Amino acid sequence: MDPFSAWMQAKGPDADIVLSSRIRLARNLKDTVFPNRLTDDVAEKMLHQVEQAVNDLSRTWQMHFERLDHLSPIDRQVLVEKHLISPAFIEEPVKYRAIAIDERESISIMVNEEDHLRIQILLSGLQLEEAWTVANQLDDALERRLDYAYDSHSGYLTACPTNIGTAMRASVMVHLPALVLTRQASQVFTTLAQIGMVVRGLYGEGSDAVGNIFQISNQVSLGLSEEEFIHNLATVTQQIVGRERHARQYLQHNAGVMLADRVDRAWGLLTHAHIMTSEEALRLLSEVKLGQDLGLLPKTKSTFTQLTLFTRPGFLQSQTGHELNAAERDQIRAQFLRERLREEVQSV
Amino acid sequence: MEQNSEPRQDRVQLCQRCESRPASVHMSTVVNGEKFDRFLCEDCARQEGAYHFMLVPQFTIQHVLGGLIGATPTGQRPQAVIDKTCPVCGYSYQQFAETGRLGCDHCYEAFHEELEPLVKRLHGSVEHHGKVPKRGGQDILQQRTLEELRTKMRDAIAREAFEEAAKWRDEIRALEQQHASGGSNHGSL
Ligand SMILES: [Zn+2]
Ligand SMILES: [Zn+2]
Repeated sequence: MDPFSAWMQAKGPDADIVLSSRIRLARNLKDTVFPNRLTDDVAEKMLHQVEQAVNDLSRTWQMHFERLDHLSPIDRQVLVEKHLISPAFIEEPVKYRAIAIDERESISIMVNEEDHLRIQILLSGLQLEEAWTVANQLDDALERRLDYAYDSHSGYLTACPTNIGTAMRASVMVHLPALVLTRQASQVFTTLAQIGMVVRGLYGEGSDAVGNIFQISNQVSLGLSEEEFIHNLATVTQQIVGRERHARQYLQHNAGVMLADRVDRAWGLLTHAHIMTSEEALRLLSEVKLGQDLGLLPKTKSTFTQLTLFTRPGFLQSQTGHELNAAERDQIRAQFLRERLREEVQSV
Repeated sequence: MEQNSEPRQDRVQLCQRCESRPASVHMSTVVNGEKFDRFLCEDCARQEGAYHFMLVPQFTIQHVLGGLIGATPTGQRPQAVIDKTCPVCGYSYQQFAETGRLGCDHCYEAFHEELEPLVKRLHGSVEHHGKVPKRGGQDILQQRTLEELRTKMRDAIAREAFEEAAKWRDEIRALEQQHASGGSNHGSL
């Protein structure tokens, strides 16, 4: 079985730099207290309602409904690492939380995160409009079966007033090694903040941007239509992609030796080291990816996003089938990456 | 022994919490506008609630919101506002100010006066210009009835009880016509 999600295949426009596009919609049921205040019997009732709605749609959307407490902690962690659910979602207590995920792992619905429903569509490359089309259709299908909390003046009502209106977060995950290397990244991000966009690290709120991976999303959800918010983000993303490409060209022309040294060193370490922390692995994979994008290193069959999963503790533990302590993980991680990279480059 | 206690520049940075394992996670947190850097091992970072580079968000939207909700140009909020509660779910305005989260969809009506300026500050607007759901509340009930009737009709057909099926079909048609002419103007802007 393929351990990766479809969105990790690095297909779609600008997929070398835009690792993924995501649309997330928050929805709540009418006349039902928000998740942090649910009582046992109300929670059971609403979970049942949502499960039924999802099951109704399961044939068309190939979704599978599962209560979170039926999954092992490692499996929950892997879902976070694959970006299918948020880190906050697996924090205890997970009772009365559930997820619906489709076969390709492009669609996921978190039930009882901060809001009753968080519908998420995740696609590879810059495909925000496409993701919105799917999200919109799925939302329509769910809305036919569930009573949403909606107000014609304020839009979709959410547990936190920061999300009301469209209740939509559109985001892209971008890999910007050259902007970081040329020290333009922070300037770009400051500008983004001024036009209502938020930049975060790889795993959302509060996380560090290891591996030069950034998540950019709209901060505001009210006052514009979904299409307008999406158009703004897509335009900004295209500009950032342009700047990143420009910075790469600049580096290649003006610091070719430095660049070659960096990416070859990264490759050397990844294919020879026996102990590797997750942070080091991610940092090196980012440099290898840059080298591959610039034609300085051979391409591998696995995409960058797929390889980054081998840096993740949950994923490594699910691959080996048992729990690992930090030291063991550092060894397994090094071994997995070493073997995979060597093997794939031989067969390329 | 003594050499070990001598700090060396090139030594591996140890976790600042357990001071035994090498630090591999860099946590930077912002508290009251000041940035703090900490270096932890993965296990400690985990125990502190961080999942692998997912760092504890010390500076969350809730904190910011709390500040915004509490801030009034004239100083203290009147007791009447603090004492306000949602008549449907019983949530108090005070609880909202503490958590940054509302209790239910009706809280938006209950705290409308206080929420509107807050929403304006957060979004720069208070008007929803986005998606309008296909159906309003009344339509939902109708839709459910329709679905029930369709199930009954399919059932009847499966049992080859065609007369009964025709009866359900007529009822479905009548309801559908009613739906088409009545329509919903929910969410019109
Ligand atoms: Zn430690
Ligand atoms: Zn309420």
